[in-house]
Amino acid sequence: MKRSLAVGTAAVGLLALTLGACSSGGGGGTSSSAAGAAGSCTNKIVKPGAKQVTVWAWFPAFEQVVDLFNKSHNDVQICWSNAGQGNDEYTKFSTAVEAGTGAPDVVMLETEVLSSFTIRKALVDLSKYGAADVKKNYSDGVWKDVSSGDAVYAIPVDGGPMGMLYRKDLFDKAGITTPPTTWDEFAVDAQKMRDSGSKALFTDFPTNGRAYLQALFAQKGSAPYTYTASNATDVSIKLNDQGSKDVMKYWQGLVNKGLVGTDDAFTTDYNTKLVDGSYAVYLAAAWGPGYLSGLSGTDPTAVWKAAPIPQWSASSPVQINWGGSTFAVTSQAKDKTAAATVAKEVFGTEAAWKIGIEKGALFPLWKPILESSYFTDLAYPFFGGQKINQDVFLKAAQGYKGFTWSPFQNFAYDKLTEEANAAVVQKTKSTDDAIDNLQKTVVDYAKSQGFTVK
Amino acid sequence: MTNPTVTGAHAALPVGERTPRAVVALNPRVGHDRRRQRFGWAFVAPFAVVFAVFLIAPLGYAFWLSLQTKTLAAGTHFSGLGNYKQAFSDPLFLQGVWLVARFALILIPLQMLVSLIAALVLDNLTTRLSRFARLAIFVPYAVPVVIGALMWGFLYSPRFGPLKSLFGLFGADAPFLLSPQNVFGGLINVVTWQWAGYYMIIIYAALRGIDPSIYEAARIDGAKGWQIATRIKVPMISSALILILVFALIGTLQFFTEPQVLRPVAAGSINASYTPNIYAFTLAFSYSQFNYASAISFALGAVVFFGSYAFLFLTRKKNGLS
Repeated sequence: MKRSLAVGTAAVGLLALTLGACSSGGGGGTSSSAAGAAGSCTNKIVKPGAKQVTVWAWFPAFEQVVDLFNKSHNDVQICWSNAGQGNDEYTKFSTAVEAGTGAPDVVMLETEVLSSFTIRKALVDLSKYGAADVKKNYSDGVWKDVSSGDAVYAIPVDGGPMGMLYRKDLFDKAGITTPPTTWDEFAVDAQKMRDSGSKALFTDFPTNGRAYLQALFAQKGSAPYTYTASNATDVSIKLNDQGSKDVMKYWQGLVNKGLVGTDDAFTTDYNTKLVDGSYAVYLAAAWGPGYLSGLSGTDPTAVWKAAPIPQWSASSPVQINWGGSTFAVTSQAKDKTAAATVAKEVFGTEAAWKIGIEKGALFPLWKPILESSYFTDLAYPFFGGQKINQDVFLKAAQGYKGFTWSPFQNFAYDKLTEEANAAVVQKTKSTDDAIDNLQKTVVDYAKSQGFTVK
Repeated sequence: MTNPTVTGAHAALPVGERTPRAVVALNPRVGHDRRRQRFGWAFVAPFAVVFAVFLIAPLGYAFWLSLQTKTLAAGTHFSGLGNYKQAFSDPLFLQGVWLVARFALILIPLQMLVSLIAALVLDNLTTRLSRFARLAIFVPYAVPVVIGALMWGFLYSPRFGPLKSLFGLFGADAPFLLSPQNVFGGLINVVTWQWAGYYMIIIYAALRGIDPSIYEAARIDGAKGWQIATRIKVPMISSALILILVFALIGTLQFFTEPQVLRPVAAGSINASYTPNIYAFTLAFSYSQFNYASAISFALGAVVFFGSYAFLFLTRKKNGLS
């Protein structure tokens, strides 16, 4: 009896141990693979003996860029996985930062969320790892976006200078001979399109546009935040400036006249409407054309052209930027030098950029290719062979002076979406009240998070 | 908890002499029972380990987190019940609680009615159709909640869904079921579709457990079908009904998946604090406020606990739990 009890307990104990080991081994396996050991890379490792650097990125066609890097480097290999797009990746990264493990060595971040992570000490200052070597390859405005004072927290990759993509066939049908160059002309043309009996709305004003709305505000002079990572507890917030209010009022006018839609962006409905002729104009960033050509349901008679984005003042144009991403090295990286090398060099060659431009429709911020005749003279078949970089996006990129974001940008965007929705779609408050309310909510939030709000 | 088993030889003894052995058998320090107890614990041990590691430990850690405050600028400090004070005076949290309470008040009776009527009707039928109908009503429960919500997102879509063509037949404009006015009803529809089958099966099983001779007696007394259903069947399964109501209450107060999945297509009707669980999720993963999110979660847990306790107390005579 005693023996069978002993055997019984031993068997149960062994089973428990094995099961426990299985689950922890499995769990450890996934976290360590995310952190860099022999784990689950989406790409193939060409030189198995070399140091592995884990990268999270969602660029289209990125796998080919990774393969290019791995073939040309003997000492470092990239282990890439796509951890989600935008916010999906940021929630995973944020959790890993909070947990202290599980973050990759190099992570793709849009410029607007950099300060949200530097304040949590999640990113490494690359000025100690040779960031100055590559500074000359990027314009001042772009470099300002990734630096904070003397510290450099990320290496720029691609940008989103804004332009106007329009359906020339719909314009012709409505009798609009040249695309509008100012916002006043834009409103007039919108009315012309409606008067011509066209079923298309002139464009869409998505209240959930987030960075898109902020870019439109910036065009009229809005510079809402002053913040540096070195002075991390001070922030100044001016969201209710006259520029933002003017822009909101302008768009509300167009919505109230029924000339412009209010569909939310990035939904399947919106994607379909972009390409099937429901909208005549798509105010887009330079990655917009790639986005458009990837959507299905395209109207086969569509003729798309690109033009510069309308201006408030024809004599003093302001160029704006929407989106654009960078590679940052995380503080959880075990070999920071190797990770910094990856961040600096993965998109640091012409060959890599040719892939990024042709297969991924990215807009490079790396000057050697940005200023090359290859890029300037590139004809895009989606636009009937128009050289859109020459015509539109290069000038927009050159004019970009940089922008400062807040360390709680996600919160600010959520509130902006709510307020814009309430004012423009639900019409429960005026746009001025919405913007003022936004200012109050964000200031209260900043104060509750311990910031000194100037 | 050990029931004394009076076996074999003991049963042959007169009752008076059985008792001492029964008393002896009650004492766990004796023989078989003790060894059986140890084996029992050994078999429960793996589950206990998993339970402790994946439920108790995270709950404890979350509670510990909720007692601290971490601001973006200032770092972490111990704040006791400060987060809870903030949670219960946070208008966004309270609005969310009010929303799920209203949701529960409307959804649960509706769900109950639908599943009760379905179960009663199916209980009366014995044809093959009834078996098929049972399966058909249950299938939505087998669909993962996220998939179901995504599906309904497309069904509700003004562009891809059938409503446009359906209403077009009558020459009317299709309503957008996820607009701020309609989203409440739209969500109720999705949840009822998903869960009515589950409750129906439970009620049906309870109905099957009723002795049919009661129905015969009722029919002899002159009761019609409708009266049998309302006066006999429903009262007899009241404990199962209460059980379901508690499940539904707990589940509805923690409403998260459907609104979160439908958020991108709901055009602003569902915001970051629509239900308390969505608010906790946004706080934790979008705003990196893990401590406050833990406090919100526990505050919601407290609301759910009091709600279910109050409900069980109010129905204590009928719920068959005493």
